[in-house]
Amino acid sequence: MIRLTGGDWDLAEECAQDAFARALQKWPESGVPDQPLAWLTTTARHRVIDRARRASTEAAKLREVAAMEPVPPCASDSEIADERLELMFTCCHPSLNLDAQVALTLRSLSGLSTAEIARAFLVPERTMGQRLFRAKQKVAHAGIPFRVPPAHLLPERLPAVLHVLYLLFNQGYGEPQETRLSREAIRLARVLAVLMPDEPEVHGMLALMLLHDARRPARIDADGNLVPLDEQDRTLWDRAQIAEGTIILERVLRRRRAGPFQIQAAIAACHAGAPTAAQTDWPQIAGLYGQLARVAPSVIVELNRAVAIGMADGPEAALPLVDAISGTGELDSYYLLHATRADLLRRAGRVAEAAMSYCRAADLAPTEAERRFLQDRLPPRPGGGCKPAGSGPGGQ
Amino acid sequence: MKYLMLVCTDPDYTPGQDDGAPDVEDWVADTDSKGIRLMGNRTRPASDATTVRVRHREVLLTDGPYAETKDLIAGFDILECADLDEAIDVASRHPMAWAGAIELRPFWPVGED
Repeated sequence: MIRLTGGDWDLAEECAQDAFARALQKWPESGVPDQPLAWLTTTARHRVIDRARRASTEAAKLREVAAMEPVPPCASDSEIADERLELMFTCCHPSLNLDAQVALTLRSLSGLSTAEIARAFLVPERTMGQRLFRAKQKVAHAGIPFRVPPAHLLPERLPAVLHVLYLLFNQGYGEPQETRLSREAIRLARVLAVLMPDEPEVHGMLALMLLHDARRPARIDADGNLVPLDEQDRTLWDRAQIAEGTIILERVLRRRRAGPFQIQAAIAACHAGAPTAAQTDWPQIAGLYGQLARVAPSVIVELNRAVAIGMADGPEAALPLVDAISGTGELDSYYLLHATRADLLRRAGRVAEAAMSYCRAADLAPTEAERRFLQDRLPPRPGGGCKPAGSGPGGQ
Repeated sequence: MKYLMLVCTDPDYTPGQDDGAPDVEDWVADTDSKGIRLMGNRTRPASDATTVRVRHREVLLTDGPYAETKDLIAGFDILECADLDEAIDVASRHPMAWAGAIELRPFWPVGED
């Protein structure tokens, strides 16, 4: 549709809406057509041509319309799928900034309205509207192609699409109430997996999302508090979804082209497959984090590896690793660094140091649920609790 | 589509960042032969620039560039490309993309909104 309108996003949207309106009129009488998507697309395309015809007064415009005439009607629903893929790559074109990519992807490929997207990203509707407007304008004006990039560009373009979808997923995962974004992300990841069956990382990401999302019902307790993995009621986990994620993962790992998403999914599968927290295969997880550190090195991965080593070999083995990470100063304002250090110190019996780290972590925690969780971990001591925010150890 | 390709220098240039960059003569020959580069040139430094304004029907001249920046624009080319991806590919093969930066500005044809 967008290609047909020459990059006019709004005209495409309007004509699509017209097609839906006609379907609402006709289908109750004539019945739903065999290929409903194809029917809608064909109807919408005719709308575009009608509109262009009506708008065209100049000869040049008429020539344009003439050139457009032989638009083949959409024969089957499967044809539509390819256009969604093109749309995904257009929305995630690296010449758009990340915020614009995310907004455009949601607006174009999910059923969310501008107002809903604005709410999910905590910006005023007006701001989101402008962001979308600017992004659509740039797509049209800058000549961003509407296509799946050729093979030689795919290795650099596909990660952008995966990044946007995973960001969407996480946006919905951090806030217990915001499940819609996660569901949309999973839906789009499924579409991508069907359309790009040969890209292992697409399947790895889908598996990772399914495995994480399966634990959602156990992540928050009745009072809205965050429940850590080892205390979650595992009977609440969605077993069917875990099975699906695990099957997808096992199938893709057989191709032996492991990337960061597949390795992260393998880690999630280790957790999901453990009948109890105590039976978690921590040495295996530590090994996987080591592998992840090789393909996608980052200080966060190092931190997670330290956590796994702490579980596999005890806090004394992990503390030097965490101290080395602290030493770089890179994660100084990252609450999970302090929370990790606090947990290791507590388990090593260094209670006073643990308390200081818990306070620092609570100061920096991004959500109320996480802050409460960290404060509850504070070992009992005279006077209890943290000093007022900002005055914790290492505070500015 | 036509793009104005602004060739810019990098104020934070560190020697070595453009090691292995393609040769500009090769770039020009290649893009000319494919009909991509319609025209282009180096431009003299900002110290040779003159800025022209007309205010109250009077022509006002300033010695130097319009923007109070360091000498940024070093040249320009006009490209005819199928789409932004092709323009990005062409720009990334210009040595100044390595040593500095290249800004791609799509043309805004007269008569278009």
